[in-house]
Amino acid sequence: MSVFAQNQTGETFVLNLGPQHPATHGVLRVKLVMDGEYIQEAEPILGYAHRMHEKMGENRSWHQFLPNTGRMDYLHALAYNLAYVSLVERAAGIEVPERAEYIRVITTELNRISSHLVWFGAFVLDLGGFSPLLYAFDDREMILDLLESVTGSRLTYCYFRFGGVYNDIDENFEPGARAFIKRMRERMPMYHALVSKNIILMKRLQEVGPVSADMCRKYGATGPVARGSGINFDVRKHEPYSVYPEFDFDIPVYHECDSMARYMVRMDEIEQSLRIIEQALDRLPEGPVMAEKVPKNIKPPKGDCYFAVEAARGSLGMRTVSDGSTTPYRLKLRTPSFSNLILFGEACRGMLLPDALAFMGSLDLVIPEIDR
Amino acid sequence: MAQGGGWLIMKREEIRRALKAVSPVSMADAEHPNKGYHLEVTVTPERLVQTVGILDQEGFFIETITGVDWLGEKAALNKEAAAKDAAKAKAAADAGETPTAAADAGPKAQDDDVLEVVYDFNRYDAVCRVVLRVRTPRNKPRVPSISGLYQGALWHERETHDFFGIDFEGHPCLEPLLLPEDADFHPLLKDFNK
Repeated sequence: MSVFAQNQTGETFVLNLGPQHPATHGVLRVKLVMDGEYIQEAEPILGYAHRMHEKMGENRSWHQFLPNTGRMDYLHALAYNLAYVSLVERAAGIEVPERAEYIRVITTELNRISSHLVWFGAFVLDLGGFSPLLYAFDDREMILDLLESVTGSRLTYCYFRFGGVYNDIDENFEPGARAFIKRMRERMPMYHALVSKNIILMKRLQEVGPVSADMCRKYGATGPVARGSGINFDVRKHEPYSVYPEFDFDIPVYHECDSMARYMVRMDEIEQSLRIIEQALDRLPEGPVMAEKVPKNIKPPKGDCYFAVEAARGSLGMRTVSDGSTTPYRLKLRTPSFSNLILFGEACRGMLLPDALAFMGSLDLVIPEIDR
Repeated sequence: MAQGGGWLIMKREEIRRALKAVSPVSMADAEHPNKGYHLEVTVTPERLVQTVGILDQEGFFIETITGVDWLGEKAALNKEAAAKDAAKAKAAADAGETPTAAADAGPKAQDDDVLEVVYDFNRYDAVCRVVLRVRTPRNKPRVPSISGLYQGALWHERETHDFFGIDFEGHPCLEPLLLPEDADFHPLLKDFNK
């Protein structure tokens, strides 16, 4: 900042970053006002992937909206599935069998790891390192195979149902998941040796993209962005849902407030998710995976309710207003990247352009989730 | 670390006391297991900024802002009231009493329909979800902007303006955020059909 402040030329030009740009990971456009190599102003321009999911929620039945939930955050689709089914279960008072809750947690956490692996690969790719992406996708492939075997799809999942899950896990799932845990635990030290402790990566990330805790509060940032700024906040711990209270896991928090801190939070979260999956597999109860009496036409009583889950990018909230009919009266989606991106404009003022790209990567944006 | 339940109840009581200062239209505790939030507060638009200022001082962070279109709510209430009156008159007639004029002149909601703006606030140290509601007439929806207190509101208010056409007074730039730049429609209004 000081370098920028001392060397302002007063001559600026406008630079368009995106909407077609590899570093924006989708169709995000950022209008930059540049003073040489320094950013004077940055304004993200949204809406290129806007599909009006909230309106779609109002003109189809509660069941029919389920596939939409897998198409917002395509990297952590199961968290969106989970938030929506849990919201409707809360509104309509539907009980879920324990086995189904365990399977939900296992698959959601596997999906979280696969999401973090894509972020890891793409982030390092943004910074100029190509091979970590291939390593990460190699690991992710195991998760996708596992999830494909139970959910039937590899990316845009629609697996959970009101009152349970669509399909019980098969006999190959548990050994497969355990093999993945073992493999991933062996891979993590390699990732840290190869990437986290790489001097080039450290120089690119340390003290780049400072986001203070107060800034997080004013902008409503959550997830790894907040946890990289010393804020201990995770919906799984603070507002427990499903069967998360039964598992022993930590919330990684780093106090450096820079891109490296956000990087480390996500890397540690992979290990914590492995712990959760392992415990859930150990204690997986027998029983049905669907509640017995779930009405075909769900009609939650009049009134509104809110449900929040911890998605890979932060706190995901859904609010519904029901008028007692078979379609939602209103469905609000509070997506984490949207709130995390608002602070980009302020945070990258005075930053060098390549630093801003590193900073943007550390926010882990998924554009269809921002635009909805 | 996550704070315990007792602390939360105390904190909520403290916030309730602080919020009494803005004389809210209504304030009620909500059952978190059923509702997903802890405290529900309705204020008038004039008191909104002051209310949000209190939440800011108490250390809340902003979750989101959204709207709800209550088109037809007043008509439904009137219909319900009329049906009640009719039932009353019928019961009176059945009982052999002569219907009085007072029976038809029951209390009727005559106001215009409203748009509701819903603000969600929460805390990092212990989950305490406060839902703030503001109602504004549907034919001229205006609410003061809170973007001076919470910069995160800049986009949430723009989005709510996109979808509902609510004018956030004092917002520096209410241009379409998610809709096309020349959009002159508000898709989440209940009378929007395209």
